[in-house]
Amino acid sequence: MSERLKIFLMLVPALLVIGLLFFGGLFIGLMRSFNYMPVIGLTDPDLSAYLSVFTDREFYLSFLLTFHIAFTSTVISTVIAVGAALLLRRHFLGRAIVNFLFQLNLTIPHLVGAIGILYLFSQSGSFARLAAHWGMIASTSDFPALVFDPYAVGIILQYVWKEVPFIGVIVLANMQTIGEDYESVARSLGATRWQSFRYVLLPLIFPGMLSASVMVFAFTFGAYEIPAILGASFPAALPVLAYRKYTDVDLAARPEAMAMAIVIALLSAVMIYLYLRYSRKRIRG
Amino acid sequence: MVGKDSLGIRSFRFLTGSLLIIWLVLPLIPLAIWSFAKGWFFPDLLPTHWSMRAWEYAFSDTSGVIDSLWLTIGISLAATVLSILIGVPAGRALGLYNFRGKQLVELMILAPIIVPGIAVVLGIHSVFISFGLNNTVSGVILVHLIPTLPYMILVMSGVFSNYDPAYEAQARTLGASPLKTFWYVTLPSIMPGIIVGGLFAFLVSWSQYVLTLLIGGGRVVTLPLLLFNFATSGRNDITGAIGMIYILPGIIILLFTARHLSGRNGAVGSFGQI
Repeated sequence: MSERLKIFLMLVPALLVIGLLFFGGLFIGLMRSFNYMPVIGLTDPDLSAYLSVFTDREFYLSFLLTFHIAFTSTVISTVIAVGAALLLRRHFLGRAIVNFLFQLNLTIPHLVGAIGILYLFSQSGSFARLAAHWGMIASTSDFPALVFDPYAVGIILQYVWKEVPFIGVIVLANMQTIGEDYESVARSLGATRWQSFRYVLLPLIFPGMLSASVMVFAFTFGAYEIPAILGASFPAALPVLAYRKYTDVDLAARPEAMAMAIVIALLSAVMIYLYLRYSRKRIRG
Repeated sequence: MVGKDSLGIRSFRFLTGSLLIIWLVLPLIPLAIWSFAKGWFFPDLLPTHWSMRAWEYAFSDTSGVIDSLWLTIGISLAATVLSILIGVPAGRALGLYNFRGKQLVELMILAPIIVPGIAVVLGIHSVFISFGLNNTVSGVILVHLIPTLPYMILVMSGVFSNYDPAYEAQARTLGASPLKTFWYVTLPSIMPGIIVGGLFAFLVSWSQYVLTLLIGGGRVVTLPLLLFNFATSGRNDITGAIGMIYILPGIIILLFTARHLSGRNGAVGSFGQI
């Protein structure tokens, strides 16, 4: 058997699954978004679904909100995760516990975290009760709205809770592979702690950190259940909006939902491309 | 390392470490307390009455929670096994060989990690109608492969890029059959990768919500669907109990695989390869 045939055979099952399900799903969604479905007699493709998506004010508000959620969560999580990984390289009292909790947190589904954040930060949640206990607020409505709020604070808190360990574990694994020799050399040549981090360690862990944060951005941009639990109903995050349109009693809204799905796919692809280009330039200088 | 760290730095580490510990555990605490609460009203810091009612409900035959637990385990196990069977050869092809179009193949395989599930599942839902796969367990398992398979392939291609196929050739020249070579040479050396990749695949499938909701059509009720329904209907006590049941399998699996998750296993670092 030739090598090329062997490679081909090893890849075929994976490509079939991803090609048929993922790209097939995307393709059918694309056709339906153009109102094109010969099976049920729709043979004249048009752009009406896109027209109604792009003329709807809620769509733009939703996009801005979703972008804000994904961007803010990714930046905060990445910064804290790198700090936590730096911490976990060293010996300190409680290191084993943090390590264990990082791994434990990886196994806990986002939905559970979202409900936990809801019970902590809602206006009748644990923190509101503490504030009332200490006489800082008189009634539930005095507590600042941190869930169902326009700034999506609760959603971001949940993502930070869940993604710091995710990025942290990956970055820590990279740091342990790299070792500390390069930094030691830099320090012995007179670099400060900050310099040896910024110009030696950071460029070395950068590829791993970047791909972890890209995964986080993509996830936080496209997740449904977290904004559905913790988000305001208007404007809703884009995936919530698309789901709502798809399950609308009015079946005419379905092509609109499909158009929105396609727009979400395009937007995440474009943003991740820009993000990769921009951050590579910034860090590698 | 350069010298001994000062007391200031050591106490800084201890403090930030403690803050991290508190923050990581915090969201689980109200969930656990709620599951034992019988009415817990603002502004009480702790419930005034404790009760096992939510747990009794969760374990009763009528609630369907335990059935749902087994169903969820079955679906995630099936998705994991399929991901391993499909992902290991694909990871080997990508990790060991260079070939024309490799970048395109890699891009295709990574695409499902980048593009949100909601963007493809609506189209899949339309296609599955004609195959009769909507509202079935098999349909849900299939659709779970979209997010699980890329992780598996990513981990395995990382493992195989540090793998030396010369050992296999030696075993073969010493007279081992292809099957024996795979079983005694290949499998043991890629096992850590299979464990990490399988663990991730299981957890990714375990936490799927919207794919199951749409393709399962409300007929395939996995634990996250049940949990979501109780959480949005305001039954905090039952939500707490189901939440605890829902996170338990992940913790058990972790206890068995924790030693493979440390930084010394190259498979974890291989996520850094998009």
